[in-house]
Amino acid sequence: MEPLSHRDLFHAIRGGQAATPTRRTFLRAAGLAGATWLTPVGHLLARASEQAGEGSGPAQSVIMLWLQGGPSQLETFDPHPGTRIAAGTGAVDTALKGVQLATGLEHLAAEMQSVSLIRSMVSKEGDHERGTYTMKTGFRPDPTVVHPSIGAICCHELAAAGTDIPRHVSILPGQWPARGGYLGDKFDAFRTDDPAGPVPDTSSLLSAKRDDQRLKNLDVVESAFAKGRQKRVDATLHRDTVAGARKMMSSEQLKAFDVSNEPLALRRAYGETAFGRGCLAARRLIEVGVRCVEVTLSGWDTHANNHAAHTNQLKILDPAFAALLRDLRERGLLDRTLVLCAGEFGRTPTVNAVGGRDHWPTGFSLALAGGGVRGGQVIGATDPEGQKTEPTNPVTVGDLHATVLTALGIEHDKVNQTPIGRTVKFSEGKPIAALVKGNT
Amino acid sequence: MWLRNLLFLSLVGGGGIALGVNLMPPREIQPLTTYDTELYRSDDFRATVDRVNTSFQNEWQTANVRPADPASDLLVARRLAFGLMGTVPSLEEIRQFESLPPEERIPWWIDHILADRRYDDYFAERLARSFVGTEDGPFIFFRRRRMVSWLSDELAKNRPYDDLVRELIAGEGLWTDKPATNFVSVTAQPDKGNAPDPVRLAGRVTRAFLGLRLDCAQCHNHPFAAWKQSDFEGFSAFFGQTHVGFTGIYDGTGEYEPEDRKTQAKKLVLPKVPFNAELLPEHGSRRQQLAQWVTHPKNPYFARATVNRVWALLVGRPLVDPVDNLETDGPMPPALQILADDFTAHGFDLRRLIRVIANTRVYGLDSAADHDTSEAEEKAWAIFPLSRLRPEQVAGGVAQAASVTTLNAETHILRRLVHQGAQNEFVTRYGDTGEDEFDGRGGTIPQRLLMMNGKLVRERIEAGPFTATQRINWLAPNDARAVEIAYLAALSRRPTPEEAAHFEAALTDKEIKRVQRIEDLFWALLNSTEFSWNH
Repeated sequence: MEPLSHRDLFHAIRGGQAATPTRRTFLRAAGLAGATWLTPVGHLLARASEQAGEGSGPAQSVIMLWLQGGPSQLETFDPHPGTRIAAGTGAVDTALKGVQLATGLEHLAAEMQSVSLIRSMVSKEGDHERGTYTMKTGFRPDPTVVHPSIGAICCHELAAAGTDIPRHVSILPGQWPARGGYLGDKFDAFRTDDPAGPVPDTSSLLSAKRDDQRLKNLDVVESAFAKGRQKRVDATLHRDTVAGARKMMSSEQLKAFDVSNEPLALRRAYGETAFGRGCLAARRLIEVGVRCVEVTLSGWDTHANNHAAHTNQLKILDPAFAALLRDLRERGLLDRTLVLCAGEFGRTPTVNAVGGRDHWPTGFSLALAGGGVRGGQVIGATDPEGQKTEPTNPVTVGDLHATVLTALGIEHDKVNQTPIGRTVKFSEGKPIAALVKGNT
Repeated sequence: MWLRNLLFLSLVGGGGIALGVNLMPPREIQPLTTYDTELYRSDDFRATVDRVNTSFQNEWQTANVRPADPASDLLVARRLAFGLMGTVPSLEEIRQFESLPPEERIPWWIDHILADRRYDDYFAERLARSFVGTEDGPFIFFRRRRMVSWLSDELAKNRPYDDLVRELIAGEGLWTDKPATNFVSVTAQPDKGNAPDPVRLAGRVTRAFLGLRLDCAQCHNHPFAAWKQSDFEGFSAFFGQTHVGFTGIYDGTGEYEPEDRKTQAKKLVLPKVPFNAELLPEHGSRRQQLAQWVTHPKNPYFARATVNRVWALLVGRPLVDPVDNLETDGPMPPALQILADDFTAHGFDLRRLIRVIANTRVYGLDSAADHDTSEAEEKAWAIFPLSRLRPEQVAGGVAQAASVTTLNAETHILRRLVHQGAQNEFVTRYGDTGEDEFDGRGGTIPQRLLMMNGKLVRERIEAGPFTATQRINWLAPNDARAVEIAYLAALSRRPTPEEAAHFEAALTDKEIKRVQRIEDLFWALLNSTEFSWNH
């Protein structure tokens, strides 16, 4: 280890703070503060938020529950029970008076005081890949630029605060995980699968002696190559990324991915599914300073058997989403964690010949909760007859992104230069006034 | 029964001897392919190379920088292997290379690669990225793999590049039957009856074939150059009569009537080229006219754009950066025009262009120098630049480094499939850099984790009957040779005295099995800056 860690430029790459304390000093400080190993940022942030007054500051992190495939609004957040377009789907009352969710979301119904719904999302993309890109970045695909996703912007704009592990994580990443776009590959989400298994590629599985030998070997090869190239080899940052990777491998924060230490009752509350474990891991990751966790639940592309498929999906989504909100609230994290639950588009009001619903990018729903946004709001409405294609009070994808960025305290229309010199805003839209805290 | 045993033993023995020849060749090993000596000695070939060299020398003088010394010929061979085949030279090839007289090595190596299917396949993929990007595109209307394999076949025939581009721009037919039409069909718009998108096509053509970013003028007038929004619309109009039907892509009637971005009102736009209108032929479909105009020998941008891209593919950095934007503020290196003139004068022959670039002094410069070097030297091309390898190059390099024999088209199909599968998985995790292949970004932490602990590297360096580590363990006569072979296989060079001393000592450690010590040596070689950066 010694030759690699003697010059710690890792943080210089990540965010440029000087004099980052080492893990050991962190742990010591944490011990004094009477905290567990889950130390650094959680407490720094908690202190900051105490000073600012509980719940008033912007959100510090985002958890994105990504419903890949396009969930039906009618079977989730926008039921129209008893109508022709419901095609038999029922609804349940919620903690919010007068607001119903589809049958199957009973757990979430109990948490609705923290949740706001947008029932009038409109997008221009009805294709999975293009729709996913649009929802994750706030822009339609454009051949001249790749836009960054929310998580990438978060990591780019908000301080690194001593996190050894990647600050942008995608659990169960699916086909199109969140990307850094023009902000750079280093803002791509770190991809990992079901938290029941180990985090990929973070252990060498070797004896300490061989591990050590390998690093010594590497130093020898590196110094030979640096001869006559020193400055330019330094500029590649290769050695610094190696050091960063080594630091991550030995970081206590890696344990945040491991949910097996959580009490059994809590794990059961999230549901013993890959997605449930992913949501639980997301909470743990937020606690160690990760800025954005995306947890994907696939299987919403129900061109056939829509109702049965959605019933099964909700059995996974409902307990996990509700437990996550409750867990965050109980730990005092909900006020600074924005939770967003969405897919790339909705599904048609009409049921097709094989009992399915097809793609529907005009008038679909999503849920948001927690830090920086007001709970208990319902924005927009769709036609209960399924006749009108335009919902009332439509919200564009750009508006959604402007809202989310504002909730995070990020200037939503900040202008950036792409690598080819084009100017692009972080989002093209307006924050939804009813959702942004501080607006009345 | 004994006969079968004997046969088996002799097979094993024979295999061992064959391997031994690769590792420790007898002196008289001969290369398997020949090269065209005349071509490299011809006057006009030498003249172009000399003019390029002189132009750079002038630049060095102006910038007041000292050029680096020439690189070793093995290092140049490594650059060529990465640039043209996406992998490193095999140990087998290095032995053949070194059996030749020094002055014949590089010409032989270039021709050896150009005759190899790996060049066609790899270069086709790289070019395809600039033609259609990396996305899968519309499901029914686009067959990316068909297009790449067609392109590979055309490269194998060394079809003149202008001819190839004309087919891409103006080809008609079904994308499955006439793979060139995928260039058009990839832009099919599902919400508009799958009609090809003139705007995207215009953007592609200008960027990929002319090195111009006319599409920036799509939304606003271009900040640097003289392009106006109307130029872009006029250019798009050449695709206004292109349709999709039962017979695939065809040209019919109709006019280009885009919506105004602000007022949403439709307006008629007629085809118009932004410059050199006299080169536009009077006959043919609109796309044929455009194709002729784009590839016209007098259109100054076509050859320049191609040269800039081929240079970037070989060197790792374009002459004018970014690769598809020749209209930047900075000065254009004179070498670009010299190479473009030669490319035009020789019928847009890609292979000649590759040979010329590979024979220039800049291409053969070392990436290290005794004197203190920095960005100024790299900028003036006085030292060979360090550039990050693409994921496929890293994966290809790992696979080849860990095998002493050449992994090429002749390699057993099963092994190639395994290789392909592992490579795709690796590239996905490593993170494809997509179309923007020459950006100067450094690597990422997940990439390092993947290289240090990931499956591809682990499986390739773990001792197994086909891995270089086990073969070296069995067949290298002593530790010094074992270290040397590992260096040649992974880094295409011999160890420095310090490196040799370190690793020979490390190999004598009795607490760890020898083959594992060789694994640990390979691990270090594959995880080095040297391995991940073209240099």
